[in-house]
Amino acid sequence: MMKSTLLTAAATLALTAQAGAQDFAISNATVATGDGSDPIENATVVVRSGQIVSAGRGPAPSDIQVFDGTGTWVTPGMFMPLTNLGLWDVGAVSNSNDISADDARFNASLDASTAVNYASQHIAVSRGGGVTRATITMGSGGSIFAGQGAAIDLGADPNAVMKPKAFQFVILGERGARIAGGSRVAAFAEFANALREASEIAAGRRVADDSMLGRNDAEALIPVLNGQQQLYVHVERASDITAVLGLKSKYSKLDLVLVGVSEGWIVANQIAASGVPVIADPIDDLPESFEQLGATQSNVGRMVDAGVKVAIGALSGGTAGPRTAPQFAGNLVALNKVPRASGLSWGEAMAAITSMPAEISGYGGRYGVLRPGAAGDVVVWDGDPLELSSAPVRVFIDGIEQPLTNHQTRLRDRYRDLDESDLPKAYDW
Amino acid sequence: MRYRAFTILGGAMALAACSANGSGQEVQSAGSTTPLATPDTPFASTYAPYPGAPTALVGATIYDGKGGRIDSGVVLFRDGEIAGIGGADLSTEGYMVVDGSGKFVTPGIIDIHSHLGDYPSPSVQAHSDGNEATSPTTPDVWAEHSVWPQDPGFSRALANGGVTSLQVLPGSANLMGGRSATLKNVPSRTVQGMKFPGAPYGFKMACGENPKRVYGRKGRKPSTRMGNFAVNRQTWLDAKEYADGDRDSRDLAQETLAGVLDGDILVHNHCYRADEMALVMDMAKEMGYRVSAFHHAVEAYKIGDLLKENGVCSAIWADWYGFKMESYDGIPENAALLQKEGACVVIHSDDDMGIQRLNQEAAKAQAAGARIGIAIPDAEVIGWITFNAAKAMGIDDQTGSLESGKMADVVLWNGDPLSVYSRPEKVWVDGALLFDSSDPKRRPVSDFELGQPGEGDVK
Repeated sequence: MMKSTLLTAAATLALTAQAGAQDFAISNATVATGDGSDPIENATVVVRSGQIVSAGRGPAPSDIQVFDGTGTWVTPGMFMPLTNLGLWDVGAVSNSNDISADDARFNASLDASTAVNYASQHIAVSRGGGVTRATITMGSGGSIFAGQGAAIDLGADPNAVMKPKAFQFVILGERGARIAGGSRVAAFAEFANALREASEIAAGRRVADDSMLGRNDAEALIPVLNGQQQLYVHVERASDITAVLGLKSKYSKLDLVLVGVSEGWIVANQIAASGVPVIADPIDDLPESFEQLGATQSNVGRMVDAGVKVAIGALSGGTAGPRTAPQFAGNLVALNKVPRASGLSWGEAMAAITSMPAEISGYGGRYGVLRPGAAGDVVVWDGDPLELSSAPVRVFIDGIEQPLTNHQTRLRDRYRDLDESDLPKAYDW
Repeated sequence: MRYRAFTILGGAMALAACSANGSGQEVQSAGSTTPLATPDTPFASTYAPYPGAPTALVGATIYDGKGGRIDSGVVLFRDGEIAGIGGADLSTEGYMVVDGSGKFVTPGIIDIHSHLGDYPSPSVQAHSDGNEATSPTTPDVWAEHSVWPQDPGFSRALANGGVTSLQVLPGSANLMGGRSATLKNVPSRTVQGMKFPGAPYGFKMACGENPKRVYGRKGRKPSTRMGNFAVNRQTWLDAKEYADGDRDSRDLAQETLAGVLDGDILVHNHCYRADEMALVMDMAKEMGYRVSAFHHAVEAYKIGDLLKENGVCSAIWADWYGFKMESYDGIPENAALLQKEGACVVIHSDDDMGIQRLNQEAAKAQAAGARIGIAIPDAEVIGWITFNAAKAMGIDDQTGSLESGKMADVVLWNGDPLSVYSRPEKVWVDGALLFDSSDPKRRPVSDFELGQPGEGDVK
């Protein structure tokens, strides 16, 4: 069977795969293009010079290497928004953790791209789970402005950062209120003051004596004010969502993205009318705080039904990382069988972890989709990618096959048995 | 969205989690009668099963919780108990028949490690009642005194997770965190109305980073792992002295420790690292108690042989790792490697989200094993979240499997429970239908949620 050949060849190939982009085709696979459509059976994906040439029905070309994908599924690489990939090693080991800079003297000007560790185990683990692109952000520190996030690829090479300063991240709602001094009122005052200072600098009339922000931080907000840089806003409560959407009336150029949005379903029509996209935790369903009283797993489905553009991010529960995105997308599909619940179709769910986050991040048509001209980010799965039993068997980024090994796979291989009759486990490597 | 999704802080979660329990030892009789509150059984369970119709689930694939599978089978229950399980030839006369064609039946799911009620939603400081972090050893505290029965998390665990029993543990700030509360997942005005009748108490202990961090920061012992063991051992030595005496004077801490030494209270030990678990098992031998289960146990796969030899279960996540140093070596194959070694596996949540998806977590752990050639049948995997959990909690003679005479804690799934696309359709606790996805009113709504946005929503 070619399938087994394909599966077993993966590991060997991956070791030598860094040479460069391959021209190849995968035939006879079930192909999900990531654009929201249903999967296509017996389809072919063709990649040349690191880009998708075609994805759909039709024979493989005769002039390139063809892998028989019988029994496998092929999808675009996942694009996971708002991760911390490359910014930490161990959560509770502060020396290894660049996610949050609580004592920093800077805030909006912080640039997450400056700290990205392309060799991070979490990047390797996520890559092995089929994540090929991501945006990263810092957490909030001493300011409601968490700083500027970046877009990265997860390729096993030193060039992780695709776009530094991709967006600014501001924390409103309960958390923002606590940071700003104890009230949402103070958070909005901080926000208004920061944008005022940015506008004054932009106009060349900064009054140093009257400045609460450092110059770098105020300057960093100029592109936000001008709409040249996206502003991600974390809010959960329906009334907070409405308040944030209302900012557009004062700052007309803001390029907003809502993050969190547990009660988005309550104001779904309003969000849809605003055209502001959402990055939502897919299955929050508990009143973890007073700003999430209306949380329900049907939130995403209801927002999508209302016409909101929604990507899945900031995954609920656990610390298994972005590789669990398919499970959460699959849970939204599961809701279709639950009376009164609102879920996503399979195609919509796949889009919510591929093309939709790519589009929201400014990469529509480039990433998270298998269509001509898109990057050759291709994941071959051993089954339905949203199903719990499935996993990637091959991962390509820009047409380059990626290694799927990491600290975890090495531990797994060492401890497949506990035999130490000849030498201690430490010699098994 | 919970903020920790962004910050990946070990702190909050690390403090919240821990415990272990062991295989069943002597279990008090599980009364359907209401026990009296006597000095021996203070805060006694007042739970009594709710009424339920004699019910026959017909035509479904049945996983019995102990590794058995029946295709197109029949499960009968009445008067709160399983009355029969078998093939299509089993008579359903006298029972209300529920068509289970294309569906699946399992025992009620059991979470051996939860903080529902003692770290409830909303997770505000006023509700943060899981860690009595004022002394490294607090065997005198009982989790049941912290459980808020109105935690909306119980209803989500029932409706989305099919959870019918759970163990609520104290947190892991302390070496000895206190007694656990074993509950039926039944809404009640009081915690007594949730307490699992006749369940033995668990005793929460914690290894490693949390106790030494919490007390080291206070400038007191323990501040190191060796300090952890020193405090533990001296506490046990003192406890043995009490236990070997006449026990006449009431001492809440000593009574709990004596209960452990007597084998009546089961130790649930939060412990991540393999080397540390090995030390704990030796400490238990030295002091004369046994560990029922190591909880979290992310490195259990490194010592599956020792765990098997000592008869200690590992209660684990499917794939959590990396949030703290002692979780750095977590791998998704942990459960499968343990199973291959013949050691006892339990999948736990330690999380108000994870408790809604224990079936999915078990499925992921199964799949990780399959990919390295360890094939574990679906029916055995269901045991990780039913019978094995019951065994380690000491309630396996009452629940955890579909056997005649046991509690009718039953889930009817709308599809394969090991598929991401399946959810509980109906959940019975002691034969009473407490969740029905097709009946909007047959789902619990806590006091806290009344009159709030989304009251009674599908969640």
